[in-house]
This record gives sequence, structure tokens and C-alpha cells, in this order.
Amino acid sequence: MPSYIVRRLFLLIPVIFFALSFLFFLFFVLPGDPATLIAGGADRRPDPGVVERAAERYGLNDPVIVQFGSFWKRVLVWDLGQSFINDRSVNDILGEKAPRSVRLAIWATMLEIIVGITVGLVSAIRRYSLSDKLTTLGTAAAAAIPAFVLGFILQYGFAVYPNKHDWPQWTQLKTSRLGPDSWFFFFIPTGDQWRYLILPVITLACVSTALAARMMRGSMLEVIRADYMRTARAKGLSERSIVMRHGLRNALIPVVTLIGIDFGTVIGSAVLTETVFSWPGIGSQIADSVGSRDLPVILGLVLVVVIAYSLINLVVDLSYAWFDPRIRLGQGASS
Amino acid sequence: MSVTDPHSTATPMPGMASGDSGIADVAESRPLRKDVVKRFVRNPLAMLGLGFIVLLVVVAIFADVIAPYGFKESTEPRVSRAGPGTDHWFGTDTVGYDVFSRVVYGARVSLKIGIVATSLILVLGVLFGAAAGFFGGWIDSFLMRITDIFLAIPYIILAISIATVFGRSENAIIIVLGLTGWLPLARIVRSSFLGLKQLEYVEAATSLGFSRKRIMFGHMLPNALQPVIVYGTVSIGSVILSEAALSFLGVGPQNPTPAWGLMVAEAGAGSLASASHMLFFPAFAIFLTVLSFVFVGDGLRDALDPKLK
Repeated sequence: MPSYIVRRLFLLIPVIFFALSFLFFLFFVLPGDPATLIAGGADRRPDPGVVERAAERYGLNDPVIVQFGSFWKRVLVWDLGQSFINDRSVNDILGEKAPRSVRLAIWATMLEIIVGITVGLVSAIRRYSLSDKLTTLGTAAAAAIPAFVLGFILQYGFAVYPNKHDWPQWTQLKTSRLGPDSWFFFFIPTGDQWRYLILPVITLACVSTALAARMMRGSMLEVIRADYMRTARAKGLSERSIVMRHGLRNALIPVVTLIGIDFGTVIGSAVLTETVFSWPGIGSQIADSVGSRDLPVILGLVLVVVIAYSLINLVVDLSYAWFDPRIRLGQGASS
Repeated sequence: MSVTDPHSTATPMPGMASGDSGIADVAESRPLRKDVVKRFVRNPLAMLGLGFIVLLVVVAIFADVIAPYGFKESTEPRVSRAGPGTDHWFGTDTVGYDVFSRVVYGARVSLKIGIVATSLILVLGVLFGAAAGFFGGWIDSFLMRITDIFLAIPYIILAISIATVFGRSENAIIIVLGLTGWLPLARIVRSSFLGLKQLEYVEAATSLGFSRKRIMFGHMLPNALQPVIVYGTVSIGSVILSEAALSFLGVGPQNPTPAWGLMVAEAGAGSLASASHMLFFPAFAIFLTVLSFVFVGDGLRDALDPKLK
């Protein structure tokens, strides 16, 4: 097992290297001169002297290969450079914005796990009942709502509409930005912060919760028919124990995979959700920086996101063995 | 399109059956087109989805006839943010354009992008997946490492990065979505081909001296089509969704292109309280379209392979 983890970690290195290099060349080689951008953007026709100085300062006059080399040299010592736009160091930006995105992600994942698994489980146990049919339809619908559409609709329903019609204060949630930014134990909102948190969390969690519920239902339906479930029933175990101990644990394996694989989708929704709610986290920062071609910030943030994404996928693979001891990792595995 | 049509292959034993006895297999592999269609028609959600898609196609084709105004034609007299009414069924937007007309023309934009980009995805995914699965060896390792690398970048980040570079026209978005969407499909096709390669009919075709191209596309591909068709259907929906997301983020088509995502973004930017109709109509258009393709995709999957249900 440890040797498997080490091997997987080593395999990550080329993947991350090539992924980042691709983005580096994508932004550098293709049209649009970063030096012009730093100096104020092509629309404003900046003074050529200013452009020249900017290019000099950021080493943009060197051949691309030299820039590429120095980029990776700096990344190795975790110096991610400075923003072209406001000179802030990327590490600084990360330190400020990452915790906010992580908080959103923690709550969204909790919602996904609790609601998704419960709904899927109940739906599978009461197969073909009215509630099952409704949840099947509901999850299909929820999985098809784009995050930005849901975000605006929630904003309208829970903040804009109540505000317009002078509903009491406690019914009104907040539509944008961070709020008081006060937290207990890193992620538990204190004071009024929950009003700002709740809508983005629902928006972020919606699609993946629906997918988890669908997957849970399908997987549980398969497990229910298994022989060991009949055996458990024949032994006279309580229904609760049959479902929870024998059924749920086995049915969870594909769901956990999905939650892990789905993390990429969650990052995607995070970009949209944070933009819709002006939540100042990594997602909205990436969207902003791509818009302004702020290369160091894009590369730095994407590097962190890609590493996190790959590590989470590794943890997901490892968790199979915990859920199902029959799975032996690293034997005959091709990748 | 022939789905499980055995005549499209030159082999006597179609399907992925492991092939213990010829007669039983031929008898068993009769859930052909008719049965597939029958099972599909019995699925109410799939039919509902198909109905909406047909409606959408009709609307897209006859947009000029249906829409009372052009998509960038200011209404006369010019009223901005008027609520829905008899003059303007869906109201007007900030600039004074008729929202109904723009939603109608938006169907054209979305379907065009969805269908063309998905065709690109299908071509690339099938070509690369088939090559990887059939040839194996270094081609397989190389192509799979490439998919590894690109799948390590979360989809939306990859898409907005490439979109920034390609510019903001409709055609650029089609290329971006096509180039970024084929990776999962290539993996699916590869694994089908890996399985099919072991079967006797491929061996038979090889020993008959057929060209590799003929074996790959004439014999193996028709048997690997089921997941491709399902993926393609769902993909049209998800491409439309991605296009809307990219438009929303400001890296998709630009105004006055009537892209639904762009209209939602415009409504969200400060018009929620005063003109909520600007949000709801394009938002529901995106939602219903994506949902319809999901329903049809699910229905196709269940109809093609009833064991899965």
C-alpha cells in the first residue's frame, strides 16, 4: 500500500508538469502581448516606452524557452510570481482566497454527502413509490440546472423578491459578497455570515448532490438484490441493520468514486457560483484573471487546483480499499 | 443511423456476445431497431424530451418567421425592460430588444453550437479512442497519457483558457468545446475496442486479409456504437450548457448574438429586481434544453441496453 501511494504520487508529477506547461504556452505563444496588457491594455494605446519597461521588468523580452525555464525554476521553490495587474504576489492572493473557497467546498460537500446519500437510499428502498418517482424526476432536473441559472433564481427568490416586497428581515438572505467574514473553527459561520453562505452553498452543491443521489439509488438497487442481503435477512437481522451495515457500505463504493471524480465539476461550478455571488474566492479570481490575461495568477491558481484535484482523486482510489477490503490496490493496475 | 443493425457488418455474429454458439447468438441479438424504438417510445420522459427537442429544432429553423422582431432589432417605440405583455410576450431587455425574439433566435445559436461541436467531439473521440484501443502499444500509452494530462485540468478552466485564446465568435466557441470535449469519449471507445479486439470475428476478419481500416470502422465500430450514441446525445445538452456557462463568464459569443447564457448574465447584472423576466425566459430555455437531451440520452441508454435499467 505505501509503495502504491508513492508510485501514484510520482505519476502525478509528469501530469501536472505537462498540464501546466500546456497552459503556459497557450497564454504566452498565442496572440495578445502581456507587456501591452500590463501597461494598460491595447485599448488604451499605452506609450511604447511604458510597454518596453514592463516587458523588461517581467522578463517578457527573453525567448519563450528561457521564460519557460525560469517559470518552472520559480515554481519548484514555490515562488508563483506576482500579478501583472496589481503586483500582489500570487502566494498572497492564494492565502487570502483559498480558505474562502475551501469553506464553500466543505459545506457543499457535506450537503452533497448527507442529502445525496439519504435521498438516494430512501428512493431505492421505496422503489416505484411516489416519493421515488418524484426524487428521480427532481434529481434529473437538478442535475440539468446550470449553476449560474440556479444562482440567479435563488437570489431572486430568497433575496431580491422578499426585499422588493418588504418581507421581514429574517426572511431575506444575501445575494453577494462575503458578509462579516467571521468563522468559528475555520468553517462554521458566526454572526450574520450564514445569510451570505447559504445560497452559494446550495448552488454549488446542487448538481453533484443530484448526481450522487442518482448514483446512490442505482447502486443500492443493485446491492439489495445481492445474495448476502438475503442471507442477512434470513439470519433475522433488523431491517435497519441489513440496510445500514450490509447494504449501505457496499452500495457506497461507486458513490464515493463519483463524489471524487465529480470534484472537477465542483471546481467548475465553483467558478460560476463564486462569480454569480461575487464570492471572493479562487474560482471568481480565476475567472477574473482569465478575463484580464493575468498570467502569473492564472498559472499559480490553476497549479494549486490541479494538484488538489489530483490528490483528491488519489484519496478516492485509496478509499476503495477501506470500503471494500477485497480490492487490493497496486496489483496488476495498469495506471 | 444503424444502431444494432447486423447487416451493417459483414460478420454473421453481431453484438458483443462472447460467442459460444452461433445460432443462439443470432436469435438473441434480435433486439434490433424495432425493439429499441419500441422501448424508447414507451419511456414517457424520453418522449417528452424528444418532443421538446423537435419543437426546438422547428423554432430554430423557422426563427425568422416565428420571431416578431430581429434579434438585434430595437423595438418601436423603444421601451427598455418592459414586463411581459401582449406587445412583447417575454418583455424587453435593457437595450429595448424583444426578449421573445432573442430567445427564439437563441435556439438557433445553441443548437448550432451543440450539434456542430458534438460532431467534432464524436469524430475526435472515436478516431483517437479507436486508434488507442486497436493498435495498443505506444500509440495507446501516448494517447491515454494525453487524456490524463488534459483531464487533470478541471474542464471549465481548460475551456475558458482556450476560449480566451481563440476569441469570442460562435465558431471559436465550437472549436473550443469540440477540442475539450472528446477526452472522456476517447476513453469509452478505447475500452470498447480493447474488448472487441479479443473477439473471434475480428480475428476472422484479420485472417481474411481485410485492411485494418475496414476492420476498425466496418466491423468493430458498429459494435462499439451504443455508448457513443448515448454519449453523443447527452453531449449535445452538455455542450449547450458549457456554451451558456462560457457566454456567462464573458468568454463566449458577444452581444448582440442572442446566446442564452449571455442573456442570463445580462439579467443577473443588476436587472433582477426591476426586470426579472429578463432572467427567467432564457434561464428556462437553457434548463429545458439541457434536461431534454438528458432525458433522451437516458431513454436511449435504457432502450439500447435494457439490462442496465
